[in-house]
Amino acid sequence: MKNIRNFCVIAHIDHGKSTLSDRLLEYTNTISEREMQAQALDDMEIERERGITIKSHAIQMYYKHTDGETYTFNLIDTPGHVDFSYEVSRSIAACEGALLLVDASQGIQAQTISNLYLAIEHDLEIIPILNKVDMESAMIDEVSEQIMDLAMCDLEDIIHASGKTGLGVTDILSAVVERIPAPKGDVKAPLQALIFDSVFNPFRGVIAYFRIMNGTVRKGDLVRFVNTGKEYNADEIGILQLNQVPKKELSAGNVGYIITGIKNSKEIKVGDTITHSKNPCEEAIKGFEDVKPMVFAGIFPIDNDDFEDLRDSLEKLQLNDASLVFEPETSAALGFGFRCGFLGMLHLEIIQERLDREFGQNVITTVPNVSYFAYTKKGKELEIRTPSELPEATLLDRVEEPYIVAQIITKPEYIGSIMTLAMEKRGMMKKQDYLTQDRVELTFDLPLAEIVFDFYDRLKSISRGYASFDYQPTEYRQSDLVKLDIKLNGDPVDALSALVHREKAEAFGRKICKRLKELLPRQQFMIAIQAAIGAKIIARETISALRKDVTAKCYGGDITRKRKLLEKQKKGKKKMRQIGNVEVPQKAFLEVLKLD
Amino acid sequence: MAGIYIHIPFCKQACHYCNFHFSTSLKQKEPLLQALLTEIEQQKGYLEGEELESIYLGGGTPSLLSAKELDLLFQQIQRFHKVVDGAEITLEANPDDLSREKLQALRKTPINRLSIGIQSFLEEDLRFMNRAHSAMEAEACIDLALEEGFTALTVDLIYGTPTLSHAQWEQNLQKVFEKPIQHLSCYCLTVEPQTALDHFVKTGKAQPVDEEQAAHQFERLIEASKAAGFEQYEISNFARDGYYAVHNSNYWKGKKYLGIGPSAHSFNGKSRQWNIANNSKYIQALSAGELSFELEQLTVDQRYNEYVMTGLRTIWGCEISKIYELSPKHALHFKHKVQTFMQAKNMEEIDGNYRLTEAGRLLADHIAMELFV
Repeated sequence: MKNIRNFCVIAHIDHGKSTLSDRLLEYTNTISEREMQAQALDDMEIERERGITIKSHAIQMYYKHTDGETYTFNLIDTPGHVDFSYEVSRSIAACEGALLLVDASQGIQAQTISNLYLAIEHDLEIIPILNKVDMESAMIDEVSEQIMDLAMCDLEDIIHASGKTGLGVTDILSAVVERIPAPKGDVKAPLQALIFDSVFNPFRGVIAYFRIMNGTVRKGDLVRFVNTGKEYNADEIGILQLNQVPKKELSAGNVGYIITGIKNSKEIKVGDTITHSKNPCEEAIKGFEDVKPMVFAGIFPIDNDDFEDLRDSLEKLQLNDASLVFEPETSAALGFGFRCGFLGMLHLEIIQERLDREFGQNVITTVPNVSYFAYTKKGKELEIRTPSELPEATLLDRVEEPYIVAQIITKPEYIGSIMTLAMEKRGMMKKQDYLTQDRVELTFDLPLAEIVFDFYDRLKSISRGYASFDYQPTEYRQSDLVKLDIKLNGDPVDALSALVHREKAEAFGRKICKRLKELLPRQQFMIAIQAAIGAKIIARETISALRKDVTAKCYGGDITRKRKLLEKQKKGKKKMRQIGNVEVPQKAFLEVLKLD
Repeated sequence: MAGIYIHIPFCKQACHYCNFHFSTSLKQKEPLLQALLTEIEQQKGYLEGEELESIYLGGGTPSLLSAKELDLLFQQIQRFHKVVDGAEITLEANPDDLSREKLQALRKTPINRLSIGIQSFLEEDLRFMNRAHSAMEAEACIDLALEEGFTALTVDLIYGTPTLSHAQWEQNLQKVFEKPIQHLSCYCLTVEPQTALDHFVKTGKAQPVDEEQAAHQFERLIEASKAAGFEQYEISNFARDGYYAVHNSNYWKGKKYLGIGPSAHSFNGKSRQWNIANNSKYIQALSAGELSFELEQLTVDQRYNEYVMTGLRTIWGCEISKIYELSPKHALHFKHKVQTFMQAKNMEEIDGNYRLTEAGRLLADHIAMELFV
């Protein structure tokens, strides 16, 4: 055990985590040149494209130190986005140390700080690394100062590195041996292993990744998952190199995988504890939570005939993404579909994209919302996951909505515009902290509903990218919410309804009508777009009938171009949904809220 | 029978709306002419020996070429192709090029039809478009051409410009109707991407085309031309006494054509190809005996789409029997989709021939798109 080191990497998106991980794998010969795809750890196509790690992974490598000893390193990769903070916390709990990786040209970001705090809370040894020091825009002194402040370390503790050139890799490997403590634990104690991730394999079922805190597990053991209470046979256990390597036994301090023939990923919960059915551990590892979706949206097939296919695809997606939840939903406008719950907006986008790429499912996603609690006058409590579930105003006593506390780190010159944005989003500033002269952390109290949509995009644009953002849910609070309906030629379109704060309803309705006017193609008749609260129309726009649509010139050199143009239009049309007599483009359902 | 198109990619100045391929520098005129001659030889087999019933010189501004230069092109065509007697040989010409001397020289070439880019008889309108000629030249050149013996004339007019009132549009049309001209092409101003006009519209210096104005002027065009004895045989083309343009009509009838010159398109019934739209690269490639082009093989879907798109624009319409010949499945699709437009009186059917009504002509693109597969 004294030669094992378990660690993770804490970094912001694009700060070079994947590239650095690749360098470590190369240097320890864990991965050969031939196997090296850029960013080997991100094996999902979307991950590689977006440059972020969505699902955490783990990999074992062997390093021969200058003391002549060979050490086993378990590098536990962590996702780098607000939507996945629970998974990050479980990865951190499986480690004794963390590499804090900061881009020298960008400085510390909000996401990194909250993960750093998580690591410090778990008593992890922090190894600060200043990455991309070879870039011209590197601000070495300034960023070093930030790191010293936040990680509470000295200047000489900071390793200079470049994932690109490989600078600093040997220093990092040495530091892992020398600074990160070996895991503690009793190999003879009852088994206690923390599940920090799981993946779905179509041939082998769900594979759980774990870190053994105490005890020893052998192939064939009867094991129990403490929080779900289910028992399984350990059909296969092993360690994680580039491929899975089966082992007969694994003991305290090590990281590995277990295959038990589980077919549904819902049975494996990240944070759960694995123990033996006979001689179980006395208590589960602390920190387990049942992850709850924060954002809900309807997902509908473009063609109603594809409903069953969509269900099939969602079920398959759920096999390797237990945080996705869904239940059937019926919309008057869109027919049969599903109300899906997501960890956040990125998670929603990823699911939508995976449905398209992996399953060829072209779907309509409706305006996302958070879940509310409605209390009727008769004292009944209802969870509201879609605007149409909100009871009539006359029956309603009150509605409560979820709040969050948000941290934004930015440059002082953007404080004013960020405050304006937060206030527009019904936020209240709670704190303003100068991290350094040039970096300030703002803390806001905000309704979650206000950030699910365009908050992050707008934050980035008003701060020219110099703002990072993180949040944690706090509590539900009473709020004056109304249901805003949208009508097309008099027909209400339930999929476009939204719950909004009463004071903002009118402005919101006007904007939606205007936006729809831009998004809906003109047709051979006039289209009236109305926003209404109950029976009261609060905004209206009109799309005039198509008067003239004919190309002037169509000669030899024009035919191909013109045909392609019309074919493109036709393709777009096939992605439209007929509501009453109005054709609505697929993207309109989601784009309608991108108001600015 | 087939046709040949030759693209002359030079202009004196750039009209603000034009998105055709051209250069305003005449430096490369000589080498380009050589390249055209080389391409004619190289592509001699493209039409598989079909006789030519039309030759069309477009641009750009082909009237920038001298009669001598034009003759070189005709001689080269005649070396490799059989041109039938009475073939239509058209030259696109700008009013500012049509002096009496030029017209007399052109009369000695095989050219028997002039397509004159009048666009408007209004000074303000011409300036808005950045045309090279004046209103006076616009009127004078028609009379000169007639005097010099060009009996087959066609004139281009543009409507929908912000500088053209409804009354002025009618006056422009009347000027043409009064003359012994058998053919007229009228184009609605179109803001094409990457043109000066597009830039002006984007930066607020020019208004986008007003749809109501354009629609009204199009409707008036249909009525007035009919009253003057013209037949609207294609969306933008009008002829008296059956003087349809042979070359252009063949594009819509799906006949073969060979395009010579940078950016020119060729079609052999199954595939379409287009030369690189860059004068230097075109010349360079041909001087090495190579031709730079892109080619598309047309699938049944694409052939159907093209037939619907072009057929609907003409008085010849779409023959259900022809679609059936291409693919019975597509014929069924067509018959199913046209119902809506028949009911809306945007289309009509006579003995299996489907055409747009006058009302339908305003929505030709929309209807074609709906009928596409």
